[in-house]
Amino acid sequence: MQHKILCKEQLSENVFRIEVEAALIARARKPGQFVIVGVADEYSERIPLTIAGAHPDKGTIELIFQRVGKSTAEMADMNEGDSLGYIVGPLGQPTHVAKVGTVVCVGGGIGNAPLLPIATAMKEAGNKIISIIGARDKGLIILEKEFAAISDELIVVTDDGSYGRKGLVTEPLAEICESVKPDLAIVIGPTIMMKFCCKTTEPFGVHTLVSLNTIMVDGTGMCGGCRVEVGGETKFVCVDGPEFDGHKVDFDQMMRRLGAYKVQEQKALEEYKHKCRFGLKNNE
Amino acid sequence: MDDNKMLEELLEKQAAGELKAKMRYEIPAQDMPVQDGTVRRSNVSEVALGYTELQARLEAMRCLQCKTAPCMKGCPVKIRIRDFVSAIADGDYGKSLAIIKENSLLPAVCGRVCPQEVQCQETCTVGLKFKDVEKSVSIGRLERFVADWGRGEGGVPQVAPETGKKVAVVGAGPGGIVVAADIRRAGHDVTLFEAFHKPGGVLVYGIPEFRLPKAIVAEEIEVLDKMGVKIVCNFIVGRTRTIEELMAEDGFDAVYVGVGAGLPSFMGIDGEQLVGVYSANEYLTRANLMKAYDFGKGADTPIAMSKKVAVLGGGNVAMDSARTAVRLGAEKVYLVYRRSEIEMPARVEEVHHAKEEGVEFCTLQNPKRIIGTEDGMVKSLECLKYELGEPDDSGRRRPIPIEGSEFILDVDTVIVAIGNGANPLIGQTTPGLELNKWGNIIVDDKCKTSLDGVYAGGDIVLGAATVILAMGQGRIAAAAINEFLAE
Ligand SMILES: Cc1cc2nc3c(=O)[nH]c(=O)nc-3n(C[C@H](O)[C@H](O)[C@H](O)COP(=O)(O)OP(=O)(O)OC[C@H]3O[C@@H](n4cnc5c(N)ncnc54)[C@H](O)[C@@H]3O)c2cc1C
Ligand SMILES: Cc1cc2nc3c(=O)[nH]c(=O)nc-3n(C[C@H](O)[C@H](O)[C@H](O)COP(=O)(O)OP(=O)(O)OC[C@H]3O[C@@H](n4cnc5c(N)ncnc54)[C@H](O)[C@@H]3O)c2cc1C
Ligand code: SF4
Ligand code: SF4
Ligand code: FES
Repeated sequence: MQHKILCKEQLSENVFRIEVEAALIARARKPGQFVIVGVADEYSERIPLTIAGAHPDKGTIELIFQRVGKSTAEMADMNEGDSLGYIVGPLGQPTHVAKVGTVVCVGGGIGNAPLLPIATAMKEAGNKIISIIGARDKGLIILEKEFAAISDELIVVTDDGSYGRKGLVTEPLAEICESVKPDLAIVIGPTIMMKFCCKTTEPFGVHTLVSLNTIMVDGTGMCGGCRVEVGGETKFVCVDGPEFDGHKVDFDQMMRRLGAYKVQEQKALEEYKHKCRFGLKNNE
Repeated sequence: MDDNKMLEELLEKQAAGELKAKMRYEIPAQDMPVQDGTVRRSNVSEVALGYTELQARLEAMRCLQCKTAPCMKGCPVKIRIRDFVSAIADGDYGKSLAIIKENSLLPAVCGRVCPQEVQCQETCTVGLKFKDVEKSVSIGRLERFVADWGRGEGGVPQVAPETGKKVAVVGAGPGGIVVAADIRRAGHDVTLFEAFHKPGGVLVYGIPEFRLPKAIVAEEIEVLDKMGVKIVCNFIVGRTRTIEELMAEDGFDAVYVGVGAGLPSFMGIDGEQLVGVYSANEYLTRANLMKAYDFGKGADTPIAMSKKVAVLGGGNVAMDSARTAVRLGAEKVYLVYRRSEIEMPARVEEVHHAKEEGVEFCTLQNPKRIIGTEDGMVKSLECLKYELGEPDDSGRRRPIPIEGSEFILDVDTVIVAIGNGANPLIGQTTPGLELNKWGNIIVDDKCKTSLDGVYAGGDIVLGAATVILAMGQGRIAAAAINEFLAE
C-alpha cells in the first residue's frame, strides 16, 4: 500500500502536519486512536503517532508530529510527493465519546495534536468545551485557530508570557475546577504536565483522562513494552489505552521507562544530523 | 576407516542384500557440524551448519527401514520418514524431497526447529535399541539436508483454474503460510493479512537468525507470491478491518485465523516495571525483526546495551533470549529456572548450544523480586532456591522453595520468558466467535470455529505449541475450507 504525503505544513519550529494516504485507516479510525509508522523501510523504528484527523472521502489521514529524535527528524525531512514506508492501524481504544456536560480540555505542546480530534468529538456530542492550550513560548503554540473553532472558551498560556496568559496550564485548570466544576477533564501533553494536571484536578474530584505516550514496538499487545501501572495493575497502553484515568497512573515510573533508550536515541539523532550536514542525505 | 569407503562398502552390501541390522547399528551417529562456540558468540549466523552429503548418506544408512515405521507416528504431519530416509541413502535427494513435501510444506524450517526428540525421533527403533534418543536416526537433520539441497529448486506449485472464491488468511505465521498455499492450489483467490511489516510470524520475529536464517522464510513467502497469493502486511484484522467486514463487505467467502499466541505473561513480582525488564517477545522482536543488533548501522530500533542479563524461564523462548543476549554483547547471561534441567521444556540441542556459548544455568531457583536503582533501572534480581518435591499434575516433580535461601544476582537486564497467552484482539472484535477460558479459539476436528466459514489453527487454538503442529492444523483447515467452498 502506498502512503504518499499529499500535503505538508510546518506548524511551529519543530512541529509538522502531514496529510498522507491511508484509505482503510481513514475509514476505520475513531477519535483517540493512533497509528504506527515505519518512516522508511523494514529497519526503521516503529513509531506511534495519533491520528489527528481523517478524510475517508479522500482516503487520507493527518498526522501532527514533533521533531524529537531520528525517526521524527527523518519524517520532517520528507516532502510532498514522498511516501512513508508503512502505516498500520488504527490502534488503541477510541475515546468514549458521550454527553457529560462541561469538558475541560488541556493540551500542552504537541499534545494539542492528539487532543484536537477528541475535543472536537466531545463538542459534537453536545458538551460544553473549555480548552486550555499551553506551550513554552508563543512560537510553540499550535492549532490555536482549530481549538478556537470548537471551544466555548479558549485559554492560551505560555511559560514565558510571550503570548496569552503567563504561567503553566495547571493555573487556569485549578481555577476552572473551582469555579465551573467541570464534569470531565482531558489532558494530553508531556508526561510531567499530565502528572501535575492530575494532581490539580484530584482534590476537586474531577474525573481526568490522560493519553499516554509510552515507547511501543508492535502496538497490538504482543510485546508488553508499552506497559504502565494504572491503579496498581499492569496495563498495555497500545491495547488497553492510550487513555486512562489519570488519577490512577504511575507517572514517575512511566517517565523513567520513557528514558530507557536516551543514550542510543541521542546517538542516532547526532549521526543522522551529521549525515545530513555532509550531504549524505539530500535534504536540509 | 575412511568415511567414503565405509559408505561404499555399506552400499555394496545393501545392493547385495547382505546389510544386517547389526552393521547398521555400528555406523556411528553423525554429529552435526557447528560453528565454534566462542566464534559464534559474536555473530548471528546459523549455528548448525548442516550435514555434508557423505554424512547424510551415512546417517540415512543407520535407518533400519522398520516395517511399521514407528517414527512416523511421532511426526504430527505423518511424513513417510522411512521412505524419504531410504531415498537419501540411495542418493536420490529429489525423490526424498518429493516424499517430504507430500506432507510438509516447510521442511527447511521443520528440519531445524521441530522438537524431534519428543516427536519423530522419540519413537525411532534405533534410539530405543541404544536406550538413548540422541542415538536415534537424526530424522530432522536429514530433513534439513534434503530441504537445503533443494532450496530454490522447488519451483512453483501448480494452481488450479480460478474458482472466483475469495479466502482471507489472517496471520502469516507457519500455519497461515501453509493454509494460503493449500487453498491457492485449489484455485481460490487468497489474501494473506499480516499485522507486522514482514510476513513469517514467530519464524521472523521470535526464532533468531542463528537458529533459522530469515532467508529461508523469505523464500517460502516468495513461493506464495509466485502462486498468486496476495500478501498484505501492516493490516491488523480486527482493527484495519474486522472479520465481519471482510466477509460481509469485502467479499471473502471464508477466513482462516492463525494469529498465534501473542500476549506475553509476566511474573507479577515486584520491580517488573523497571527499565531493563523485557518480555521475551519484546526483546526478541527488537533483536530479530527490527535487527537491533545493527542499531546505528542501518537499523533504528534500540535495545538495552546489557552487561549482565537474567533470563527467566526454561523453554525455547528462554534459550533464544539468552543466546541473543550473548550475541548482543552481554558478558554474563544467567538462565533462571525453577525446576531442574531434565524438566526444561527447551530442546536438548538448544540447551547444549546455550551452555557452549557460556550461558550460566541457574536451575532450581526462582526470582522473588527485581531490585532497582534510584532512577528506576534494574540493579539486581533476588532469587530463592528450590528443591524438588512430589510430582504435580503435569507429572513433573513440584519445585518447593527453600525458606531463607534468598540470594542476589547482580544484573542490569531481566528478560521474562515464561510463556504467552492468547492475544484477545480477534476475540474482542469478532462477535459470536467462541473462546475457551484462556481466550483460545474453540474449533472442531476440522478446525472450524463457531462461525460459519471461519476456521482457526496454530497457537491461537492450541496455546503456545510448535511450528509443525501449527502447520498440521493449517493443512486440516485448508482441506476443510476447500471442501466448504466446493459445496
Ligand atoms: C499512543 C501515542 C501517540 C503519540 N502521538 C504522537 C503525536 O501525535 N505526535 C507526536 O509528535 N508524537 C506522538 N507520540 C510520541 C512519538 O511516538 C515519539 O515522539 C516518537 O516515537 C519519537 O521517535 P524519534 O525516533 O523521533 O525519537 P527518539 O530518538 O526515539 O526519542 C525521543 C523521545 O521520544 C520518546 N520515544 C522514543 N521512542 C518512542 C516510541 N516508540 N513511542 C513513544 N515515545 C518514544 C523517547 O522517550 C524520547 O523522549 C505518541 C506516542 C504514543 C505512544
Ligand atoms: C522465541 C520462540 C521460539 C520458538 N521455538 C520453537 C522451536 O524451536 N520449535 C517449534 O516447533 N516451535 C517453536 N516456537 C513455537 C512456534 O514458533 C509457534 O508454535 C508457531 O510459530 C505458531 O504458528 P502460528 O501459525 O500459530 O502463528 P505465529 O507464528 O504465532 O504467527 C502469527 C502471525 O499472526 C500475526 N497476527 C497476529 N494478530 C493479527 C491480526 N489481528 N491481524 C493480522 N495478523 C495478525 C502476527 O503478527 C504473526 O505474524 C517458538 C516460539 C517462540 C516465540
Ligand atoms: S516434520 Fe518434524 S516431527 Fe515430522 S519428521 Fe520432520 S522433523 Fe520429525
Ligand atoms: S523408526 Fe527409526 S529406524 Fe525405524 S524406520 Fe523410522 S527412522 Fe528408520
Ligand atoms: S506496543 Fe507492544 S504490547 Fe503495546
